[in-house]
Amino acid sequence: MKQQLGLFVSRIGFSVLTAMIGVIFALPLIWFLFAPFNARAELGIAIPNPFTLANFHEVFGNSFAMRGLINSLVESVGGVILVGFGATLASYALSRSPLPGKRAITYVLLLFSSVVSGSAAMVPIFLIITALHLIDTQLAVILVFAGGLLPTAMFILRDFIDGIPKSYEESAMVAGASPVQAFFDVALPVIRPGIVVIVVWAFVNIWGSFLIPFILLRSSDKMPASVAIYSFYSEAGTPIVTLLAAYALLYSLPVIVLYLFVSWKFGFRFFGGIKA
Amino acid sequence: MATVRFENVSKAFGSFTAVAKTDIEVGDGEFVCLLGPSGCGKTTSLRMIAGLETPTSGRIVIGERDVTALHPRERRISMVFQDYALYPHMNLADNIAYPLKVRGESEAERHARAREVADILKIGHLMARMPSQISGGQQQRTSLARALVYPSDVYLFDEPLSNLDAKLRLEARGFLNHLQRDMGMTAIYVTHDQAEAMALATRIAVMDAGRIVQYAPPLEIYRRPATTFVANFVGNPPMNLLPVTAAVEGDTLVCRAEGVNVSPLPLSKATATALGQGDRLTLGIRPEHLSIAEPGSANSLSGRLFANENMGPEALVTLERHDAERLTARIFTDDVLELAGTVALGFSSEHVHLFGGDGRRLAFDGEPSFA
Repeated sequence: MKQQLGLFVSRIGFSVLTAMIGVIFALPLIWFLFAPFNARAELGIAIPNPFTLANFHEVFGNSFAMRGLINSLVESVGGVILVGFGATLASYALSRSPLPGKRAITYVLLLFSSVVSGSAAMVPIFLIITALHLIDTQLAVILVFAGGLLPTAMFILRDFIDGIPKSYEESAMVAGASPVQAFFDVALPVIRPGIVVIVVWAFVNIWGSFLIPFILLRSSDKMPASVAIYSFYSEAGTPIVTLLAAYALLYSLPVIVLYLFVSWKFGFRFFGGIKA
Repeated sequence: MATVRFENVSKAFGSFTAVAKTDIEVGDGEFVCLLGPSGCGKTTSLRMIAGLETPTSGRIVIGERDVTALHPRERRISMVFQDYALYPHMNLADNIAYPLKVRGESEAERHARAREVADILKIGHLMARMPSQISGGQQQRTSLARALVYPSDVYLFDEPLSNLDAKLRLEARGFLNHLQRDMGMTAIYVTHDQAEAMALATRIAVMDAGRIVQYAPPLEIYRRPATTFVANFVGNPPMNLLPVTAAVEGDTLVCRAEGVNVSPLPLSKATATALGQGDRLTLGIRPEHLSIAEPGSANSLSGRLFANENMGPEALVTLERHDAERLTARIFTDDVLELAGTVALGFSSEHVHLFGGDGRRLAFDGEPSFA
């Protein structure tokens, strides 16, 4: 009886504790959902009274911020295409070819990439981009992101392709397909779930990045949303919470939409056809 | 259909020799099984015929074409893979019709042909399903259909039945045998299951450590195994192999070992002179050629009863001998055998196999023959 009571108390204690932790994590999200619709939003949580779209109205009027969203989209999509395309071809070759030392290549690239995309390499990157006369172009941002993300993308995707039996392509080639046909007809559809993961990961990375575009871009009409969000700070440096909240919600929508689309269309899963 | 020929083919992976200087010829319309334990080079040999591995040296000839340097798609071959390799994103119709698609046939034409083959294999009603939605046996037949849907010179099978459960495997084996009789295809079939090889092959190539140890029709492999390795590999349970000491008396051989009682075996002159007194030989007798005998009688082996398993139509009687070596007899009876203590097993001298110290078969007069 006493033992049961102890169990009962400890269970209640555990539930209370986890509930409290849950609430702490939920608070910012609740603020994030309510504040944009509150004309008098502050840093505390308050249920909007009345619900209003005035904040959005004002944000939509800010052409710098709106262009920022479009710029973010251009940079992210450009970077994702480059990373997705490059990583697929490179990791397929690294996985399937009998190239000697191919593991070492991937590891060295991986090591360098953590430097390349890190802030330690900012000065050399800036100098290189200047020498290429690419300063203040979105191409520069796209290239730097692609260079920084590719090695990790290749590493992840190569591991994924390593796990796919070669007999898929082998059976296609024995059946009469050329290596190119075997790749597009058979290998590519099978590794597509891996590519989807890479694409989502790269998109989220570029979409949320601040430092690289901030340093490489000059003109205000090229700045992405991550930089443009600073237009909702007053000249004294204090945030205009109402507009910031509305813009933050708009800023996170594309990522949420991407996740929903991918899980609806591809479902983050791997469908097997090999009998192990 | 065509012949397949290996001319002095070797394949090495780094310092490991998978296939060593192999010559083999597969006749037109033959069904040859490459049989051996894992790592013996049988799958590598098959993959070299398919063009999925390149020989380190030697030539491979299909028909009269030297295909050694050709890409797999130029070799006019079909192959069934152990894991079936069905394309998970295509339904059965597209899977089976894929070889026709790369040959540029129209969709209507290739689906009609795929349906035809699928109907023969009794999977015609599943054409709209995806590979993950059908059973293992159906997947196996789908991969077979994909290999049969286009005309080929040679059909290659890489352990196609090893992922099926025992009952389905027997059914599929029977079907492959029927198909071979029907089509008269040239087929090369890799397996480690000796029963599969015996049932399907017109000739079996038994491989060990990258070499072909014996290449002969199944019954010859069974009746006259060339080495102790073949004797041990083919047959279920495997042949009993007993170490004996040789004593040549005139033109006969007397085998001596504790608990072994073999009548003198007549030897040819050549064999008799080649053997020395006291040579270590191996005596081989298949389990199915042993029967219960009186202890001490001529042509008998004795030992302590170790196990007595009744299997229904037969009983497996295992004896343990003084040196902890075991002998198994397969005795055809529906009755439970009442045995205890020391048991003697008899055989007739025409079922005795003799192997020399190097494991090779020794010829003697009156040994099991193959006509």
